[in-house]
Amino acid sequence: MSDDQRFGPGRHVVLPGPLRLDGGGALAPVEIAYETYGTLAPDAGNAVLICHALTMDQYVASPHPRTGKPGWWTAMVGPGRPIDTDRLFVVCANVLGSCMGSSGPATIDPATGREYAMAFPVITIRDMVRAQAMLLDHLGVARLKAVVGGSMGGMQALSWAATFPDRVEAAVVIASAARHSAQNIAFHEVGRQAVMADPLWNGGDYYRGEPPAAGLAVARMAAHITYLSEAGLTEKFGRRLQARDAKSFGFDADFQVESYLRHQGLSFVDRFDANSYLYITRAMDYFDLAEEHGGRLANAFRGSGARFCLVSFDTDWLYPTRESRAIVHALNAAGAAVSFMELSSPYGHDAFLLDAPELYRVVTGFMGGGA
Amino acid sequence: MNLRPDLAIIADHVAPGARVLDIGCGDGLLMAALRDAKGVDARGLELDAGNVAAAVGRGLSVIQGDADTDLADYPARSFDYAILSQTLQTCRAPDKVLDELLRIGRRAFVSFPNFAHWRVRLSLLWGGRMPVTRLLPERWYDTPNIHHLTVDDFRAYLKEHGVAVEGAWFLSRGRKTTSAAANVLAEHAVFLLRGTETHNAG
Repeated sequence: MSDDQRFGPGRHVVLPGPLRLDGGGALAPVEIAYETYGTLAPDAGNAVLICHALTMDQYVASPHPRTGKPGWWTAMVGPGRPIDTDRLFVVCANVLGSCMGSSGPATIDPATGREYAMAFPVITIRDMVRAQAMLLDHLGVARLKAVVGGSMGGMQALSWAATFPDRVEAAVVIASAARHSAQNIAFHEVGRQAVMADPLWNGGDYYRGEPPAAGLAVARMAAHITYLSEAGLTEKFGRRLQARDAKSFGFDADFQVESYLRHQGLSFVDRFDANSYLYITRAMDYFDLAEEHGGRLANAFRGSGARFCLVSFDTDWLYPTRESRAIVHALNAAGAAVSFMELSSPYGHDAFLLDAPELYRVVTGFMGGGA
Repeated sequence: MNLRPDLAIIADHVAPGARVLDIGCGDGLLMAALRDAKGVDARGLELDAGNVAAAVGRGLSVIQGDADTDLADYPARSFDYAILSQTLQTCRAPDKVLDELLRIGRRAFVSFPNFAHWRVRLSLLWGGRMPVTRLLPERWYDTPNIHHLTVDDFRAYLKEHGVAVEGAWFLSRGRKTTSAAANVLAEHAVFLLRGTETHNAG
Protein backbone atom coordinates (compact mmCIF):
# COMPACT_ATOMS: atom_id res chain seq x y z
CA MET A 1 0.00 0.00 0.00
CA SER A 2 2.96 2.29 0.63
CA ASP A 3 3.14 3.25 -3.04
CA ASP A 4 -0.58 4.02 -3.22
CA GLN A 5 -0.69 7.75 -3.86
CA ARG A 6 -4.03 8.08 -2.10
CA PHE A 7 -2.42 7.58 1.31
CA GLY A 8 -0.05 9.70 3.34
CA PRO A 9 0.39 13.30 4.46
CA GLY A 10 -0.28 16.30 2.23
CA ARG A 11 -2.72 14.58 -0.14
CA HIS A 12 -5.13 16.29 -2.52
CA VAL A 13 -7.80 14.80 -4.75
CA VAL A 14 -10.19 16.19 -7.33
CA LEU A 15 -13.39 14.15 -7.39
CA PRO A 16 -15.72 14.61 -10.37
CA GLY A 17 -18.83 15.11 -8.25
CA PRO A 18 -21.43 16.35 -8.42
CA LEU A 19 -21.94 16.96 -4.72
CA ARG A 20 -25.58 17.85 -4.13
CA LEU A 21 -25.89 20.66 -1.60
CA ASP A 22 -28.50 21.30 1.11
CA GLY A 23 -28.91 24.87 -0.16
CA GLY A 24 -29.79 23.59 -3.65
CA GLY A 25 -27.53 23.13 -6.60
CA ALA A 26 -24.42 21.03 -6.83
CA LEU A 27 -20.67 21.37 -6.77
CA ALA A 28 -18.48 19.79 -9.43
CA PRO A 29 -15.68 19.01 -9.36
CA VAL A 30 -15.02 18.63 -5.62
CA GLU A 31 -11.48 19.21 -4.42
CA ILE A 32 -10.48 17.76 -1.08
CA ALA A 33 -7.14 18.20 0.67
CA TYR A 34 -6.44 15.62 3.34
CA GLU A 35 -3.91 13.69 5.35
CA THR A 36 -3.83 10.04 6.31
CA TYR A 37 -1.82 8.43 9.08
CA GLY A 38 -1.28 4.76 9.84
CA THR A 39 -2.14 1.88 7.56
CA LEU A 40 -5.55 0.91 6.27
CA ALA A 41 -6.27 -2.71 7.26
CA PRO A 42 -6.89 -5.17 4.40
CA ASP A 43 -10.59 -5.27 5.36
CA ALA A 44 -10.61 -1.45 5.76
CA GLY A 45 -12.03 -1.97 9.24
CA ASN A 46 -9.68 0.32 11.18
CA ALA A 47 -10.50 3.72 9.66
CA VAL A 48 -11.10 6.73 11.88
CA LEU A 49 -12.17 10.12 10.55
CA ILE A 50 -11.07 13.21 12.47
CA CYS A 51 -13.26 16.26 11.84
CA HIS A 52 -11.69 19.65 12.43
CA ALA A 53 -13.05 22.75 14.12
CA LEU A 54 -13.83 26.06 12.40
CA THR A 55 -10.34 27.45 11.91
CA MET A 56 -8.41 24.19 12.05
CA ASP A 57 -7.37 22.12 9.07
CA GLN A 58 -6.25 18.69 7.91
CA TYR A 59 -2.89 18.95 9.70
CA VAL A 60 -4.15 17.20 12.81
CA ALA A 61 -0.93 15.35 13.59
CA SER A 62 1.72 16.77 11.29
CA PRO A 63 3.36 20.19 11.13
CA HIS A 64 1.36 22.98 9.49
CA PRO A 65 3.12 23.85 6.22
CA ARG A 66 2.41 27.58 6.54
CA THR A 67 3.08 28.19 10.23
CA GLY A 68 5.53 25.37 10.92
CA LYS A 69 3.64 24.63 14.14
CA PRO A 70 2.90 21.04 15.20
CA GLY A 71 -0.45 19.49 14.31
CA TRP A 72 -3.38 20.81 16.32
CA TRP A 73 -4.22 17.52 18.04
CA THR A 74 -0.89 15.70 18.30
CA ALA A 75 -1.68 14.78 21.91
CA MET A 76 -4.81 12.94 20.73
CA VAL A 77 -3.70 11.47 17.40
CA GLY A 78 -0.47 9.59 16.81
CA PRO A 79 1.47 6.45 17.66
CA GLY A 80 0.46 5.25 21.13
CA ARG A 81 -1.95 8.17 21.50
CA PRO A 82 -5.66 7.80 22.39
CA ILE A 83 -6.36 7.60 18.65
CA ASP A 84 -3.48 5.27 18.01
CA THR A 85 -2.08 5.45 14.49
CA ASP A 86 -0.08 2.27 15.17
CA ARG A 87 -3.31 0.30 14.85
CA LEU A 88 -5.81 2.76 13.37
CA PHE A 89 -5.93 4.35 9.94
CA VAL A 90 -6.68 8.01 10.50
CA VAL A 91 -8.06 10.42 7.89
CA CYS A 92 -8.39 14.16 8.39
CA ALA A 93 -9.73 16.28 5.54
CA ASN A 94 -9.89 20.03 5.11
CA VAL A 95 -13.63 20.78 5.19
CA LEU A 96 -15.60 21.92 2.21
CA GLY A 97 -15.56 25.74 2.09
CA SER A 98 -12.23 26.06 3.81
CA CYS A 99 -8.96 27.41 2.51
CA MET A 100 -6.29 24.77 2.91
CA GLY A 101 -6.84 22.99 -0.38
CA SER A 102 -10.48 21.87 -0.36
CA SER A 103 -13.12 23.50 -2.57
CA GLY A 104 -13.99 26.89 -1.13
CA PRO A 105 -14.42 30.52 -2.08
CA ALA A 106 -10.72 30.82 -2.99
CA THR A 107 -10.97 27.92 -5.47
CA ILE A 108 -11.03 28.72 -9.18
CA ASP A 109 -14.53 28.34 -10.61
CA PRO A 110 -14.07 26.28 -13.79
CA ALA A 111 -16.99 28.16 -15.36
CA THR A 112 -15.34 31.59 -15.10
CA GLY A 113 -11.63 30.91 -14.62
CA ARG A 114 -11.71 33.20 -11.58
CA GLU A 115 -11.99 32.54 -7.85
CA TYR A 116 -15.51 31.68 -6.76
CA ALA A 117 -15.41 34.33 -4.00
CA MET A 118 -19.02 34.99 -2.94
CA ALA A 119 -20.30 32.97 -5.91
CA PHE A 120 -19.30 29.87 -3.99
CA PRO A 121 -22.52 28.13 -2.87
CA VAL A 122 -23.49 28.46 0.79
CA ILE A 123 -22.77 25.09 2.38
CA THR A 124 -23.92 23.23 5.47
CA ILE A 125 -22.32 20.90 8.01
CA ARG A 126 -24.10 18.03 6.23
CA ASP A 127 -22.61 19.12 2.90
CA MET A 128 -19.16 18.94 4.52
CA VAL A 129 -19.98 15.44 5.74
CA ARG A 130 -21.19 14.34 2.29
CA ALA A 131 -17.92 15.61 0.79
CA GLN A 132 -15.99 13.60 3.40
CA ALA A 133 -18.05 10.54 2.46
CA MET A 134 -16.98 11.01 -1.16
CA LEU A 135 -13.37 11.11 -0.01
CA LEU A 136 -13.83 7.88 1.98
CA ASP A 137 -15.32 6.21 -1.10
CA HIS A 138 -12.19 7.26 -2.97
CA LEU A 139 -10.02 5.77 -0.20
CA GLY A 140 -11.98 2.49 -0.18
CA VAL A 141 -13.40 3.03 3.31
CA ALA A 142 -17.02 1.88 3.48
CA ARG A 143 -17.40 2.02 7.26
CA LEU A 144 -15.76 4.13 9.93
CA LYS A 145 -14.58 2.52 13.13
CA ALA A 146 -15.07 5.98 14.59
CA VAL A 147 -15.69 9.56 13.64
CA VAL A 148 -14.17 12.02 16.09
CA GLY A 149 -14.43 15.77 16.42
CA GLY A 150 -14.51 18.73 18.78
CA SER A 151 -16.59 21.90 18.43
CA MET A 152 -17.58 22.15 14.73
CA GLY A 153 -15.85 18.77 14.33
CA GLY A 154 -18.31 17.38 16.86
CA MET A 155 -21.20 18.72 14.78
CA GLN A 156 -19.78 16.85 11.80
CA ALA A 157 -19.44 13.68 13.88
CA LEU A 158 -23.11 13.96 14.91
CA SER A 159 -24.12 14.71 11.33
CA TRP A 160 -22.15 11.66 10.16
CA ALA A 161 -24.03 9.37 12.55
CA ALA A 162 -27.36 10.85 11.45
CA THR A 163 -26.64 11.04 7.70
CA PHE A 164 -24.77 7.76 7.23
CA PRO A 165 -25.94 5.50 10.10
CA ASP A 166 -24.63 2.40 8.34
CA ARG A 167 -21.15 3.84 7.90
CA VAL A 168 -20.40 4.83 11.51
CA GLU A 169 -19.57 2.37 14.32
CA ALA A 170 -18.74 4.98 16.95
CA ALA A 171 -18.79 8.76 17.34
CA VAL A 172 -16.78 10.94 19.72
CA VAL A 173 -18.28 14.40 20.16
CA ILE A 174 -16.28 16.84 22.30
CA ALA A 175 -17.32 20.32 23.44
CA SER A 176 -20.03 20.54 20.80
CA ALA A 177 -23.76 20.95 20.23
CA ALA A 178 -26.58 19.66 18.04
CA ARG A 179 -27.51 23.20 17.03
CA HIS A 180 -26.18 26.71 17.20
CA SER A 181 -27.81 28.85 19.86
CA ALA A 182 -28.86 32.46 19.27
CA GLN A 183 -25.79 33.52 21.24
CA ASN A 184 -23.50 31.41 19.03
CA ILE A 185 -25.07 32.94 15.91
CA ALA A 186 -24.76 36.41 17.41
CA PHE A 187 -21.02 36.08 17.97
CA HIS A 188 -20.53 34.74 14.47
CA GLU A 189 -22.50 37.66 13.03
CA VAL A 190 -20.15 40.09 14.79
CA GLY A 191 -17.23 38.36 13.10
CA ARG A 192 -18.84 38.36 9.67
CA GLN A 193 -19.78 42.02 9.95
CA ALA A 194 -16.21 42.87 10.92
CA VAL A 195 -14.96 41.15 7.75
CA MET A 196 -17.57 42.72 5.50
CA ALA A 197 -17.04 46.19 6.99
CA ASP A 198 -13.40 46.12 5.89
CA PRO A 199 -13.23 48.16 2.64
CA LEU A 200 -10.67 45.71 1.30
CA TRP A 201 -13.27 42.93 1.48
CA ASN A 202 -14.77 44.42 -1.70
CA GLY A 203 -17.84 42.20 -1.84
CA GLY A 204 -15.60 39.16 -1.40
CA ASP A 205 -13.62 39.93 -4.53
CA TYR A 206 -10.14 40.58 -3.13
CA TYR A 207 -8.09 37.62 -4.34
CA ARG A 208 -6.16 39.70 -6.90
CA GLY A 209 -5.35 42.38 -4.33
CA GLU A 210 -4.98 42.97 -0.60
CA PRO A 211 -7.14 40.73 1.63
CA PRO A 212 -9.41 42.29 4.31
CA ALA A 213 -6.92 41.47 7.04
CA ALA A 214 -8.08 44.11 9.54
CA GLY A 215 -11.68 42.90 9.44
CA LEU A 216 -10.69 39.24 9.72
CA ALA A 217 -8.34 40.02 12.62
CA VAL A 218 -11.19 41.70 14.53
CA ALA A 219 -13.43 38.71 13.79
CA ARG A 220 -10.78 36.41 15.19
CA MET A 221 -10.29 38.56 18.29
CA ALA A 222 -14.01 38.47 19.09
CA ALA A 223 -14.20 34.74 18.48
CA HIS A 224 -11.11 34.08 20.54
CA ILE A 225 -12.74 35.56 23.63
CA THR A 226 -15.56 33.04 23.29
CA TYR A 227 -13.05 30.17 23.28
CA LEU A 228 -11.68 31.13 26.71
CA SER A 229 -13.22 31.42 30.15
CA GLU A 230 -13.31 34.49 32.33
CA ALA A 231 -11.34 32.66 34.99
CA GLY A 232 -8.78 31.55 32.40
CA LEU A 233 -8.35 35.08 31.06
CA THR A 234 -8.05 36.51 34.56
CA GLU A 235 -5.51 33.89 35.55
CA LYS A 236 -3.46 34.43 32.40
CA PHE A 237 -3.56 38.22 32.15
CA GLY A 238 -5.49 39.84 34.96
CA ARG A 239 -5.22 43.60 34.47
CA ARG A 240 -1.48 43.46 33.96
CA LEU A 241 0.07 46.03 31.64
CA GLN A 242 2.05 45.04 28.56
CA ALA A 243 5.72 46.18 28.42
CA ARG A 244 5.09 49.37 30.33
CA ASP A 245 4.85 50.59 33.91
CA ALA A 246 1.88 52.92 33.61
CA LYS A 247 -1.24 53.36 31.51
CA SER A 248 -0.59 55.42 28.39
CA PHE A 249 -3.97 57.20 28.44
CA GLY A 250 -4.27 56.35 24.77
CA PHE A 251 -5.40 53.46 22.60
CA ASP A 252 -2.27 51.39 22.37
CA ALA A 253 -2.45 47.87 23.73
CA ASP A 254 -1.77 48.86 27.34
CA PHE A 255 -3.13 45.64 28.80
CA GLN A 256 -1.57 42.27 28.21
CA VAL A 257 -4.94 40.85 27.21
CA GLU A 258 -5.24 43.46 24.44
CA SER A 259 -1.81 42.69 23.13
CA TYR A 260 -2.60 38.96 23.24
CA LEU A 261 -5.82 39.37 21.27
CA ARG A 262 -4.14 41.59 18.68
CA HIS A 263 -1.47 38.94 18.24
CA GLN A 264 -4.15 36.23 17.87
CA GLY A 265 -5.96 38.31 15.27
CA LEU A 266 -2.86 39.15 13.25
CA SER A 267 -1.38 35.66 13.20
CA PHE A 268 -4.75 34.30 12.06
CA VAL A 269 -4.94 36.42 8.91
CA ASP A 270 -1.71 34.87 7.64
CA ARG A 271 -3.23 31.42 7.55
CA PHE A 272 -6.95 31.88 6.95
CA ASP A 273 -9.12 33.22 4.16
CA ALA A 274 -11.74 35.81 5.11
CA ASN A 275 -14.40 34.46 2.75
CA SER A 276 -13.89 30.94 4.11
CA TYR A 277 -14.50 32.38 7.56
CA LEU A 278 -17.84 33.74 6.35
CA TYR A 279 -18.90 30.46 4.71
CA ILE A 280 -17.89 28.15 7.54
CA THR A 281 -19.43 30.29 10.30
CA ARG A 282 -22.63 30.34 8.21
CA ALA A 283 -22.60 26.56 7.95
CA MET A 284 -22.32 26.32 11.73
CA ASP A 285 -25.14 28.83 12.27
CA TYR A 286 -27.44 26.85 9.98
CA PHE A 287 -26.68 23.63 11.83
CA ASP A 288 -29.71 22.23 13.68
CA LEU A 289 -29.74 18.46 13.71
CA ALA A 290 -33.20 18.24 15.27
CA GLU A 291 -34.69 20.50 12.61
CA GLU A 292 -33.28 18.18 9.93
CA HIS A 293 -35.23 15.33 11.57
CA GLY A 294 -38.73 16.64 12.09
CA GLY A 295 -37.89 18.75 15.13
CA ARG A 296 -37.02 15.80 17.37
CA LEU A 297 -33.33 15.28 18.00
CA ALA A 298 -33.88 11.62 18.98
CA ASN A 299 -35.16 10.97 15.44
CA ALA A 300 -31.72 11.90 14.10
CA PHE A 301 -30.29 8.80 15.78
CA ARG A 302 -33.12 6.30 15.21
CA GLY A 303 -31.34 4.33 12.53
CA SER A 304 -27.94 4.44 14.14
CA GLY A 305 -26.35 1.45 15.80
CA ALA A 306 -23.30 3.51 16.67
CA ARG A 307 -21.76 3.91 20.12
CA PHE A 308 -21.45 7.53 21.20
CA CYS A 309 -19.07 9.26 23.57
CA LEU A 310 -19.72 12.88 24.51
CA VAL A 311 -17.48 15.09 26.57
CA SER A 312 -18.06 18.66 27.74
CA PHE A 313 -15.99 21.06 29.85
CA ASP A 314 -17.43 22.84 32.85
CA THR A 315 -16.06 26.29 31.92
CA ASP A 316 -17.09 26.14 28.24
CA TRP A 317 -19.77 28.80 27.83
CA LEU A 318 -19.76 28.67 24.02
CA TYR A 319 -20.93 25.04 23.94
CA PRO A 320 -21.97 24.52 27.55
CA THR A 321 -22.59 21.15 29.18
CA ARG A 322 -26.36 21.49 28.81
CA GLU A 323 -25.94 21.30 25.00
CA SER A 324 -24.11 17.97 25.37
CA ARG A 325 -26.73 16.75 27.84
CA ALA A 326 -29.49 17.53 25.34
CA ILE A 327 -27.74 15.24 22.86
CA VAL A 328 -27.27 12.56 25.53
CA HIS A 329 -30.98 12.69 26.37
CA ALA A 330 -31.88 12.32 22.71
CA LEU A 331 -29.51 9.39 22.34
CA ASN A 332 -31.05 7.77 25.43
CA ALA A 333 -34.51 8.28 24.00
CA ALA A 334 -33.33 6.64 20.79
CA GLY A 335 -31.90 3.72 22.78
CA ALA A 336 -28.36 4.39 21.55
CA ALA A 337 -25.29 3.30 23.50
CA VAL A 338 -23.96 6.54 24.90
CA SER A 339 -21.29 7.62 27.35
CA PHE A 340 -20.99 11.15 28.65
CA MET A 341 -18.69 13.06 30.97
CA GLU A 342 -18.31 16.66 31.98
CA LEU A 343 -14.65 17.35 32.61
CA SER A 344 -13.34 20.09 34.82
CA SER A 345 -10.97 22.61 33.25
CA PRO A 346 -10.17 26.29 33.71
CA TYR A 347 -9.67 26.82 29.96
CA GLY A 348 -13.21 27.17 28.60
CA HIS A 349 -14.07 25.90 25.12
CA ASP A 350 -10.38 25.69 24.14
CA ALA A 351 -9.88 22.96 26.75
CA PHE A 352 -10.41 20.24 24.15
CA LEU A 353 -7.30 21.41 22.26
CA LEU A 354 -5.11 21.88 25.33
CA ASP A 355 -3.47 19.28 27.51
CA ALA A 356 -6.38 17.28 28.97
CA PRO A 357 -5.24 13.95 30.46
CA GLU A 358 -8.78 13.01 31.55
CA LEU A 359 -10.05 13.54 28.01
CA TYR A 360 -7.28 11.32 26.64
CA ARG A 361 -8.15 8.67 29.23
CA VAL A 362 -11.82 8.64 28.27
CA VAL A 363 -11.11 8.58 24.53
CA THR A 364 -8.50 5.84 24.97
CA GLY A 365 -11.02 3.77 26.91
CA PHE A 366 -13.81 4.42 24.44
CA MET A 367 -11.61 3.57 21.46
CA GLY A 368 -10.85 0.24 23.09
CA GLY A 369 -7.19 0.93 23.67
CA GLY A 370 -7.49 1.11 27.44
CA ALA A 371 -7.69 -1.33 30.32
CA MET B 1 -14.56 -11.50 39.18
CA ASN B 2 -15.37 -10.95 42.85
CA LEU B 3 -18.66 -9.14 43.11
CA ARG B 4 -19.97 -7.62 46.31
CA PRO B 5 -22.55 -10.06 47.79
CA ASP B 6 -25.57 -7.88 46.94
CA LEU B 7 -24.28 -7.42 43.38
CA ALA B 8 -23.69 -11.17 43.07
CA ILE B 9 -27.35 -11.79 43.94
CA ILE B 10 -28.46 -9.25 41.34
CA ALA B 11 -26.12 -10.74 38.74
CA ASP B 12 -27.50 -14.23 39.45
CA HIS B 13 -31.06 -13.10 38.82
CA VAL B 14 -30.73 -10.98 35.68
CA ALA B 15 -31.89 -12.88 32.60
CA PRO B 16 -29.32 -13.43 29.84
CA GLY B 17 -29.39 -10.88 27.01
CA ALA B 18 -31.49 -8.42 29.03
CA ARG B 19 -31.28 -4.63 28.75
CA VAL B 20 -30.07 -3.20 32.06
CA LEU B 21 -29.69 0.31 33.45
CA ASP B 22 -27.36 0.44 36.45
CA ILE B 23 -28.01 3.63 38.38
CA GLY B 24 -25.03 4.63 40.47
CA CYS B 25 -22.94 2.07 38.61
CA GLY B 26 -19.59 3.09 40.13
CA ASP B 27 -16.69 1.91 38.01
CA GLY B 28 -18.94 -0.51 36.12
CA LEU B 29 -17.91 -3.78 37.80
CA LEU B 30 -21.46 -5.21 37.84
CA MET B 31 -22.18 -4.02 34.30
CA ALA B 32 -19.00 -5.62 32.99
CA ALA B 33 -19.82 -8.86 34.81
CA LEU B 34 -23.33 -8.92 33.37
CA ARG B 35 -22.05 -8.18 29.89
CA ASP B 36 -19.29 -10.78 29.99
CA ALA B 37 -21.21 -13.58 31.70
CA LYS B 38 -24.70 -13.06 30.31
CA GLY B 39 -24.44 -10.97 27.17
CA VAL B 40 -26.42 -8.25 28.88
CA ASP B 41 -26.80 -4.86 27.13
CA ALA B 42 -25.88 -2.67 30.10
CA ARG B 43 -26.03 1.10 30.45
CA GLY B 44 -24.91 3.09 33.46
CA LEU B 45 -25.50 6.37 35.27
CA GLU B 46 -22.82 7.59 37.67
CA LEU B 47 -22.12 10.85 39.46
CA ASP B 48 -18.35 10.59 39.87
CA ALA B 49 -16.31 11.54 36.79
CA GLY B 50 -13.41 9.26 37.72
CA ASN B 51 -15.77 6.29 37.97
CA VAL B 52 -17.33 7.18 34.61
CA ALA B 53 -13.89 7.27 32.99
CA ALA B 54 -13.03 3.88 34.51
CA ALA B 55 -16.30 2.37 33.27
CA VAL B 56 -15.85 3.82 29.77
CA GLY B 57 -12.37 2.25 29.87
CA ARG B 58 -14.08 -1.13 30.36
CA GLY B 59 -15.90 -0.48 27.09
CA LEU B 60 -19.17 0.32 28.87
CA SER B 61 -21.73 3.03 28.06
CA VAL B 62 -21.96 5.25 31.10
CA ILE B 63 -23.38 8.74 31.49
CA GLN B 64 -22.16 11.12 34.12
CA GLY B 65 -25.31 12.23 35.85
CA ASP B 66 -27.41 12.32 38.97
CA ALA B 67 -30.13 9.80 39.85
CA ASP B 68 -32.07 12.65 41.46
CA THR B 69 -32.31 14.69 38.26
CA ASP B 70 -31.40 12.66 35.19
CA LEU B 71 -33.73 9.67 35.21
CA ALA B 72 -36.68 11.58 33.76
CA ASP B 73 -35.01 11.51 30.34
CA TYR B 74 -35.23 7.74 29.95
CA PRO B 75 -38.37 6.53 28.19
CA ALA B 76 -40.81 4.34 30.17
CA ARG B 77 -40.03 0.62 30.17
CA SER B 78 -36.89 1.14 28.12
CA PHE B 79 -34.98 -1.44 30.20
CA ASP B 80 -35.72 -4.98 31.35
CA TYR B 81 -34.05 -4.19 34.66
CA ALA B 82 -33.22 -0.94 36.41
CA ILE B 83 -30.69 -1.42 39.20
CA LEU B 84 -30.17 0.85 42.18
CA SER B 85 -27.52 -0.69 44.40
CA GLN B 86 -26.39 1.08 47.58
CA THR B 87 -27.58 4.39 46.21
CA LEU B 88 -31.14 4.85 47.50
CA GLN B 89 -29.96 6.11 50.90
CA THR B 90 -27.80 8.78 49.20
CA CYS B 91 -30.59 10.26 47.05
CA ARG B 92 -32.14 13.61 47.93
CA ALA B 93 -35.61 12.34 47.01
CA PRO B 94 -35.50 8.52 47.23
CA ASP B 95 -39.27 8.18 46.67
CA LYS B 96 -39.05 10.04 43.35
CA VAL B 97 -36.02 7.99 42.34
CA LEU B 98 -37.96 4.79 43.12
CA ASP B 99 -40.87 6.03 40.98
CA GLU B 100 -38.50 6.63 38.07
CA LEU B 101 -36.83 3.28 38.60
CA LEU B 102 -40.15 1.45 38.42
CA ARG B 103 -41.19 3.50 35.37
CA ILE B 104 -37.99 2.91 33.38
CA GLY B 105 -37.50 -0.78 34.19
CA ARG B 106 -39.91 -3.64 33.67
CA ARG B 107 -38.30 -4.87 36.88
CA ALA B 108 -36.10 -3.10 39.38
CA PHE B 109 -33.42 -4.28 41.78
CA VAL B 110 -32.92 -2.14 44.87
CA SER B 111 -30.21 -2.87 47.42
CA PHE B 112 -29.49 -0.85 50.53
CA PRO B 113 -27.80 -1.14 53.92
CA ASN B 114 -30.20 -1.91 56.76
CA PHE B 115 -29.98 0.75 59.46
CA ALA B 116 -31.93 -1.50 61.87
CA HIS B 117 -29.19 -4.14 62.00
CA TRP B 118 -28.47 -5.11 65.62
CA ARG B 119 -24.95 -3.75 65.50
CA VAL B 120 -26.29 -0.35 64.48
CA ARG B 121 -28.97 -0.52 67.19
CA LEU B 122 -26.44 -1.42 69.87
CA SER B 123 -24.11 1.32 68.82
CA LEU B 124 -26.81 3.94 69.17
CA LEU B 125 -28.49 2.39 72.22
CA TRP B 126 -25.41 1.74 74.36
CA GLY B 127 -22.86 4.05 72.84
CA GLY B 128 -25.23 6.91 72.19
CA ARG B 129 -23.24 7.60 69.04
CA MET B 130 -24.19 7.36 65.39
CA PRO B 131 -22.90 3.97 64.25
CA VAL B 132 -19.66 3.52 62.33
CA THR B 133 -19.65 -0.08 61.13
CA ARG B 134 -18.00 -2.17 58.43
CA LEU B 135 -20.82 -1.41 56.01
CA LEU B 136 -21.43 2.14 57.23
CA PRO B 137 -17.87 3.32 57.69
CA GLU B 138 -18.39 7.07 57.42
CA ARG B 139 -18.93 9.32 60.41
CA TRP B 140 -22.10 11.40 60.77
CA TYR B 141 -20.67 14.48 59.11
CA ASP B 142 -19.04 12.91 56.06
CA THR B 143 -21.53 10.18 55.18
CA PRO B 144 -23.21 10.27 51.76
CA ASN B 145 -26.14 8.44 53.39
CA ILE B 146 -28.70 11.15 53.99
CA HIS B 147 -31.89 9.05 54.07
CA HIS B 148 -31.40 6.21 56.52
CA LEU B 149 -33.88 3.36 56.12
CA THR B 150 -34.49 -0.12 57.46
CA VAL B 151 -35.78 -3.31 55.90
CA ASP B 152 -39.15 -2.76 57.59
CA ASP B 153 -39.28 0.87 56.43
CA PHE B 154 -38.78 -0.29 52.86
CA ARG B 155 -41.37 -3.08 53.18
CA ALA B 156 -43.88 -0.55 54.52
CA TYR B 157 -43.09 1.85 51.67
CA LEU B 158 -43.69 -0.85 49.07
CA LYS B 159 -46.98 -1.80 50.69
CA GLU B 160 -48.20 1.80 50.89
CA HIS B 161 -47.31 2.40 47.25
CA GLY B 162 -48.66 -0.92 45.98
CA VAL B 163 -45.34 -2.06 44.57
CA ALA B 164 -45.19 -5.79 43.80
CA VAL B 165 -42.18 -7.66 45.21
CA GLU B 166 -40.85 -10.53 43.09
CA GLY B 167 -37.92 -11.39 45.30
CA ALA B 168 -36.05 -10.35 48.43
CA TRP B 169 -32.67 -11.39 49.76
CA PHE B 170 -31.05 -10.49 53.06
CA LEU B 171 -27.36 -10.61 53.80
CA SER B 172 -25.21 -10.61 56.87
CA ARG B 173 -21.45 -10.83 56.47
CA GLY B 174 -22.00 -11.90 52.87
CA ARG B 175 -24.29 -14.82 53.85
CA LYS B 176 -28.00 -15.04 53.32
CA THR B 177 -30.16 -14.63 56.38
CA THR B 178 -33.85 -15.32 56.94
CA SER B 179 -36.58 -12.99 55.80
CA ALA B 180 -38.48 -13.10 59.10
CA ALA B 181 -35.67 -11.70 61.24
CA ALA B 182 -34.18 -9.57 58.46
CA ASN B 183 -34.86 -6.25 60.13
CA VAL B 184 -32.57 -7.19 63.01
CA LEU B 185 -30.12 -9.60 61.43
CA ALA B 186 -29.56 -8.31 57.89
CA GLU B 187 -26.77 -5.84 57.21
CA HIS B 188 -27.97 -5.51 53.67
CA ALA B 189 -31.13 -6.09 51.67
CA VAL B 190 -31.80 -6.71 47.98
CA PHE B 191 -35.32 -6.40 46.59
CA LEU B 192 -36.56 -7.32 43.12
CA LEU B 193 -39.59 -5.18 42.31
CA ARG B 194 -42.03 -5.25 39.44
CA GLY B 195 -42.15 -2.12 37.29
CA THR B 196 -45.18 0.11 37.02
CA GLU B 197 -47.63 -0.78 34.26
CA THR B 198 -47.82 2.12 31.86
CA HIS B 199 -50.52 2.34 29.27
CA ASN B 200 -49.29 5.38 27.47
CA ALA B 201 -45.57 4.82 27.52
CA GLY B 202 -43.28 7.36 25.93
